Amino acid sequence: MVPGRTGLGSVDGGAVVMRSIVPILTVVAVILGLWYLAAVRLNATWVYDQAARDGVTVSFAELVPMTWSQERPVLPAPHQVAKGLYDGLFGQKITSKRSLVYHGWVTLSATLLGFGFGSVAGILLAVGIVYNRAMDMSVMPWAIASQTIPILAIAPMIIVVLNSMGVTGIVPKAIISAYLSFFPVVVGMVKGLRSPDAMQLDQLRTWNAGGFDSFAKLRLPSSMPYLFASLKVGVAASLVGTIVGELPTGAVAGLGSRLLSGSYYGQTVQIWAALFAAAFVAAGLVAIIGAVERVVLKRMGMAR
Amino acid sequence: MIGLGVQAVLVAAGFALDWRLGLLLALWFGAWTLNAGLAEGRGPWVRRLVPAVFGITLLVLWQMAVRLFEISPVILPAPSDIWAQIIGSLPTLGADFVQTFVKGALSGYLIGCGAAVGVAILIDRSPFLQRGLLPVGNFVAALPIVGIAPIMVMWFGFDWHSKAAVVVVMVFFPVLVNMVAGLKATDSMQRDLMATYSASYGQALVKLRLPAAMPFLFNGLKIATTLALIGAIVAEFFGSPIVGMGFRITAEIGRLGLPMIWAEIAVAALAGSAFYGLVALIEKRVTFWHPSQRR
Repeated sequence: MVPGRTGLGSVDGGAVVMRSIVPILTVVAVILGLWYLAAVRLNATWVYDQAARDGVTVSFAELVPMTWSQERPVLPAPHQVAKGLYDGLFGQKITSKRSLVYHGWVTLSATLLGFGFGSVAGILLAVGIVYNRAMDMSVMPWAIASQTIPILAIAPMIIVVLNSMGVTGIVPKAIISAYLSFFPVVVGMVKGLRSPDAMQLDQLRTWNAGGFDSFAKLRLPSSMPYLFASLKVGVAASLVGTIVGELPTGAVAGLGSRLLSGSYYGQTVQIWAALFAAAFVAAGLVAIIGAVERVVLKRMGMAR
Repeated sequence: MIGLGVQAVLVAAGFALDWRLGLLLALWFGAWTLNAGLAEGRGPWVRRLVPAVFGITLLVLWQMAVRLFEISPVILPAPSDIWAQIIGSLPTLGADFVQTFVKGALSGYLIGCGAAVGVAILIDRSPFLQRGLLPVGNFVAALPIVGIAPIMVMWFGFDWHSKAAVVVVMVFFPVLVNMVAGLKATDSMQRDLMATYSASYGQALVKLRLPAAMPFLFNGLKIATTLALIGAIVAEFFGSPIVGMGFRITAEIGRLGLPMIWAEIAVAALAGSAFYGLVALIEKRVTFWHPSQRR
């Protein structure tokens, strides 16, 4: 195995985060500062154009607040995004079409449904691959190759074809989200089920353990760290799949449709708010899996 | 997997219901039995033959199912239709490939990975920055970054620049996180050796720490190949000139030109695995010394 990380490991790393809270806050503060500066720079053109049209000149001191409070800025300032996010989350009834809670739930429900089916199917296929040589040799190379191709590209097609067959709503999006989480889980779970070494397998054989016992008592427990790592990758991919799946149906509901309608009408604050809502959903999902992982591994005495 | 008796019963039931279903089931179980037999064999050719047989079986089943059940090409075109479409529209596919892959994905990939490696080397000297940037980088790597596509399209226009910008952001963090981990991969004994040679920071970096970081770096670079292609294609869903793989997919969806969409997907799959394969090949050359590359 080549060493390395997928980049999803530390989202939930509580201890690490506590120790480095000051550096993280510094970096976040620097990012926010750069963001405000960039907002001035990018939105200034519009302010100067307006001023030239009205025949007035703006000083720099007047310019700065004007760039941070535009209706449709090129780059909304952080506080505008925060306000858009707050309005979207708490500013209206959650059943409203303008509520981010409503759109977030549409996206989240499809993601969870698809992720559930995708990971269960992935785990089952992984068990089949580990216990059946023909299945291993037939399917595994394709499962690995599928990780290198942009499967996401077929998402719009699936949506439209299923729509034309009369399947609408949550199901087409869930299918996309399922197949995006499927392959990472297969590959990770196979690796996990194969992680016990020959010595451990021999030990079980000396205890006269049958196939099922060695599965339930050795292979399955030792696959857990791998399973959780790939579940985190899978759930992130699921969410992206659902969001992309919401694009071609013409901006009806869901965070993806908020992105698309925002880009149609130049509502930059709406785009950024939807983007942050999606980020919170993603971070929340990964954090939940991380919390389950910590509890499970601790109960199993495998906590690192 | 399933006993021969059960297979025979299933095939018979299939024929009883519909001869076409029976035929497909018979073909599937036949090919599976063949593969199960082949998989018992030893030798390097088995490793290639078994997946090939499996893939070809799926293609044949797909073709037969579409033809036998007369599935409309608007729902699922047969592989032969897709192949005919690929052969018939090579210039279009080529132009789309250049627009999306060469201009959008590849340029973004090079800029993003280059920037990530540079930043990793810069923050390598500051533990403070690392402790601050890495959790943020890890966090960002888990986010649905393709969502920034509409913003980039607004900023950089419809042409490939906006796609490259999306790709830059998408590949940056996975490569950064891996490269920083890689620069830490040397152990104190090796660094002490460099110190006894009185090597300067630059010498130790070039001779010891960069080579040691390569296995980690390539891990990130390989993850980034897929991300780059996804980013470039999805960004085109939010607006593009009248050329490009993502544009073609959205445009043909409107006309229900499914064979063309499948042709684009075939090209994307081919480009994706070729890109990955190329990076893996370079990795083999660069990290020939690493245990994972030994035979």
